[in-house]
Amino acid sequence: MSDAVVTASGVRKRFGDRDVICGVDFDIRPGICFGILGPNGAGKTTLMRMLLGLSPISSGEYMLFGQPVSSHAVHSRVGVVPQQDNLDPDFSVRLNLKVYAGYFGVSAAMAESRIDELLEFSALTGRGHDQVSSLSGGMRRRLMVARALINNPDLIVLDEPSTGLDPQARHLIWQRLRSLKKQGKTLILTTHYMEEAAELCDELIILDHGHILTRGTPRNLIAEHVEPEVVAIRGLADETDATSLCAGLDLRLDHVGDTWFCYGHDARPLVARCIERPELTFIHRPASLEDLFLKLTGRDMRDEG
Amino acid sequence: MNVFNLAPARVAAVWRRNFLVWKKLAGVSMLGNFGDPFLYLLGLGYGLGHYIGDMGGIPYMAFLASGILCSSAMNTATFEGLYSAFTRMNQQGTWESILATPIRIQEIIAAEQIWAATKSLISGAAIFIVAGLLGGIQQWDSALLALPVIFLTGLAFAGPALAICAIAPSYDFFLYYFTLAITPMFLFCGVFYPLDTLPATAQIMAQALPLTHAVALIRPLLTDMPLTMPWLHVTVLAAYAISGFFLAAHLAARRLLH
Repeated sequence: MSDAVVTASGVRKRFGDRDVICGVDFDIRPGICFGILGPNGAGKTTLMRMLLGLSPISSGEYMLFGQPVSSHAVHSRVGVVPQQDNLDPDFSVRLNLKVYAGYFGVSAAMAESRIDELLEFSALTGRGHDQVSSLSGGMRRRLMVARALINNPDLIVLDEPSTGLDPQARHLIWQRLRSLKKQGKTLILTTHYMEEAAELCDELIILDHGHILTRGTPRNLIAEHVEPEVVAIRGLADETDATSLCAGLDLRLDHVGDTWFCYGHDARPLVARCIERPELTFIHRPASLEDLFLKLTGRDMRDEG
Repeated sequence: MNVFNLAPARVAAVWRRNFLVWKKLAGVSMLGNFGDPFLYLLGLGYGLGHYIGDMGGIPYMAFLASGILCSSAMNTATFEGLYSAFTRMNQQGTWESILATPIRIQEIIAAEQIWAATKSLISGAAIFIVAGLLGGIQQWDSALLALPVIFLTGLAFAGPALAICAIAPSYDFFLYYFTLAITPMFLFCGVFYPLDTLPATAQIMAQALPLTHAVALIRPLLTDMPLTMPWLHVTVLAAYAISGFFLAAHLAARRLLH
């Protein structure tokens, strides 16, 4: 697609003799929220760092607004919300935004009115003169989002924007991000919170070991890869116990730790059996992105990466 | 990375950030800038000077004041380029936040280097005033020329310090640099006594060190001592500043943009 915001063709990243990104292809249409999902060490961060010109690509073509990602002119059209809090601890809320505006060459006069707008947008009006250290985690994250918007970017890149926030703060962030999408901004989001991806993403890729495992809208991906119903059960003795419980039913079994997941098109007979065994705790729910994620990336523990 | 890609406005934006942080704590910082040299000059200049009398043909207070001016420019720029820059690079993620804007790593390094030299100039100006009050300045005509030299000295020490910062695993690493580079220069580059008191080999070695050349420029500008080969001294300081910049930019890129 020619008007894509981001186009990757055969993008590869090699560290030493190991490929961290193994020649991936994707493109991102303007105005959507695009999710990059994957377990730790899948290559999400590397893919993002390359996009932001913070990590040279080993081979392939990675374009941002029709220009190579290495061209620094493109950075003026991008806003970045990193996962790590790197606000200036010595500055007030306003001064954080003002100094950051200076990095983009935004004049002081223009920055002032922009800052008022952004403080309102981030529900931080009235906190402008507070020191950053006095803000709550949610406020700091909203300030980081505001900071990323100071240059009025067309593309906003977010790395796990709601990690570590309480539910209220998290929903407020999500709501702000959705309103950015309404304004026509393109969002790229890396996350391993499936709930976050389901809330926000119009389209996503699942990345593992440097390969794109699948791509699509959350709804279609779930329909394509996972059975519609799930019963998650705890309290089963072992695998034999699990298989005997499901005996004769058309279900797919899987487990993470002590929780067994039974996937199928009609899980009601299984629910009836579970009710007869009071020692079991279970929940019957529609399949989610999490089920898709676990199915595609496996259930083994990953090292931090 | 193209190290020559340096936009003055972008470098200035990063410099301004550091300036604004400094401004918040300027009072405390200035107290140190005035207080330390005042004590040094009072303690050593009057105390030792009483016994020493003249050194190198000028009163010891004047001899020492010009030396302290140089060593403080060295220390100030080195501290800024090591500890403060490391905090911004490593602990606070300041550089990373800046790299998400159109500003590139070589512009950050240039701004840090110029900022460190600015701090040398600020503390140098304070010592200048103290030295003037204590009678450490003999030549008021040429004395003000010492200020740009202090700035250049700051650049010459900030460059290598930023290179060390870019490879440092932690703050502790900087102790090596102080013990192996900064302290020897403090003691053997003519701050406290003339170089010709040293053995011949030591004198030759001292000629390779930037502090020697800073002292050789600044002392004659403030005192009655004659100035010899000024351009040689300026060239050596500039060479340290420029090569330090290239090295620091290269190493910082290697650390942050991999």
